[in-house]
Amino acid sequence: MRLERRAHRPLLLVLLAPIIAIVTALVIAGVLIAIAGAPVLEAYRLILTGAFGTRLGFTETLTRATPLMLTGLAAAVAFRARVWNIGAEGQFYLSAIAVAAVAATVFSGWPPYLLIPAALMVGAIAGMIMLLVPLGLRLRFGVDEVVTSLLLNFVVVLFVSMMIEGPLKDPLAFGWPQSIPVGPDAMLPKLIDRTRLHIGLVIAMVIAVLVYFLQSRTVFGMQSRAAGLSPTAAVFSGVPLAKTLIKVACLSGGLAGLAGAIEVMGVKGYVTTDLSPGYGYSGIIVAMLANLHPIGVIAAALFTATMFVGADSMGRALGIPSYIADVTVSLSLLTMLVSIFFTQYRIRR
Amino acid sequence: MELLEIFTSAGIWGAVLRIATPLIFGTLGALICERAGVLNLGIEGIMTFGAMIGWLTVFNGGDLWVGLLAAAAFGALFGLLHAGMTVTLGLSQHVTGLGITLFASSLSYYIFRLAVPLASSPPTIEPFQPLVIPYLSTLPFLGDALFNQTAPTYLAILLAAILAYVLFRTPLGLAVRMTGENPHGAEAQGVNPIAVRIGAVMVGSALMAVGGAFLTLSAFNSFFPTMVQGRGWVCIALVVFASWRPGRALLGALLFALFDAYQLRLQAALGKAVPYQLFLMVPYVLSIIALIVMARRARVPQALMQPYRRGER
Repeated sequence: MRLERRAHRPLLLVLLAPIIAIVTALVIAGVLIAIAGAPVLEAYRLILTGAFGTRLGFTETLTRATPLMLTGLAAAVAFRARVWNIGAEGQFYLSAIAVAAVAATVFSGWPPYLLIPAALMVGAIAGMIMLLVPLGLRLRFGVDEVVTSLLLNFVVVLFVSMMIEGPLKDPLAFGWPQSIPVGPDAMLPKLIDRTRLHIGLVIAMVIAVLVYFLQSRTVFGMQSRAAGLSPTAAVFSGVPLAKTLIKVACLSGGLAGLAGAIEVMGVKGYVTTDLSPGYGYSGIIVAMLANLHPIGVIAAALFTATMFVGADSMGRALGIPSYIADVTVSLSLLTMLVSIFFTQYRIRR
Repeated sequence: MELLEIFTSAGIWGAVLRIATPLIFGTLGALICERAGVLNLGIEGIMTFGAMIGWLTVFNGGDLWVGLLAAAAFGALFGLLHAGMTVTLGLSQHVTGLGITLFASSLSYYIFRLAVPLASSPPTIEPFQPLVIPYLSTLPFLGDALFNQTAPTYLAILLAAILAYVLFRTPLGLAVRMTGENPHGAEAQGVNPIAVRIGAVMVGSALMAVGGAFLTLSAFNSFFPTMVQGRGWVCIALVVFASWRPGRALLGALLFALFDAYQLRLQAALGKAVPYQLFLMVPYVLSIIALIVMARRARVPQALMQPYRRGER
């Protein structure tokens, strides 16, 4: 028995791959739910009704999907060019704290139609800077950006903690470590009243479409793809490699930064060190489940958010630790890698 | 100078060995994988799982050594998963490793929550006690500084020596190094690169898990989520810093632990004058600096991160 490369990748198989991966992950997670002594099908029914059954659940799922779309896009554009951006978590947090620092101080008194775009821009730039550091170290010293961007995540979270206990601490928060609020003018408009769902969802989806066109219809998209497929071949065919990678890093870091800015301006209005339940890391899963396709990212982010929101209410009802959502989602990353592999290879006797 | 007096206390040297132990296990584990040509970014999750399963075994009445063994066994199992995906199928080592980290850590939290319901104070176990060595442990200064450790710490140091011997003085070590440098050449010499890589990743992952278990069975006495706190990533950086040599890995881990122990005491000495977060950043910043300094000089195993498929170049 051996593995043989397929002459061409059947489109049907490529489209089915994420579904096969998710079903496999759900079956394995089902075993874990059964071990915990809960009825598996009932658990999955409760996850679905928890995530979509009520107005609150449904809007909450969409609210949670918003930052996941952006961090998912951040990973997708970077991975396509083989820039291993594992630092989205740090980019998210640096952006959030940058927005909190400027929104109610430097930009105070600005009308919302100027304030909101300006604050989002500040967030995106903060994210870019945070990724240009590890990329710069790779281009200049040959340091693998995976490890540096991972290590920087810890540095940024500590920096945020330092800021919200120091210069940016909210004096009115009864001693809780949280940043000064961004102020009502910087808050993104709600999509539906009396829910947490905000305009950020629309922004994220529009950006996903824009990224799709950027990648499929522009020179930059072609060059970033070439850089990912084979850096040496790209250089020989005249692609300016370093320049392309820097552009990719600006786009990827900017998207992760935007996720942080939108989360702080859309949901909470201030920064704490638990603003993100690992959105940066989950973004990697979202990107892989989407097979790095920008439109696919929207669907993958919805699936991931469904699991998180649904598992919360399922966990409360059945007494199952809600970590089952993290288990399922991370498992689906592994099963996705395998099922994508079998769109390229087949087993021969 | 008060800040330098810290180095003359026996306590800091004892702390250095304690802080270094999980790093030594983790770094040696990652080093074995990379010598065979596989980057194992599952390390952070595998250490977390080792910390959890080791603690849980002892919490349920198991012996401390059984706890370490359980950690090693599950570590090897995650290694098998990693190797199955990256070696047998040749999938991206970066993404697979991160996936294993995310999966192993969330699975640890799930199992832990299932076994131990939420409580205000986490349940504890009776951890490893310092091993009293006749004569040595009672030496003035040196006794407290070097010979007042728990058994796994001595094991970690011994392991570095054993690994250095196996890697550079035995046919097995030669096979591992050949596979990491040139798997096609290794195969021509009658070595099965696939088998060597799978074996190396399993052994390496077992060591990573033992490093994690040291945290819950010796350094602390309880398990809590996120307790590994990037130690796995630090180990990956230390492997580069060590130029893939076990002896230097030991030195690197000790040097790193010295900085960490020093910053902990400095934090206590300086009190509120400097934000404590700056001190906590030190390990991560040091790792990045170590990578920058060594990146160009280090001799990377030539086939690191290159999947090997028979009959394909």
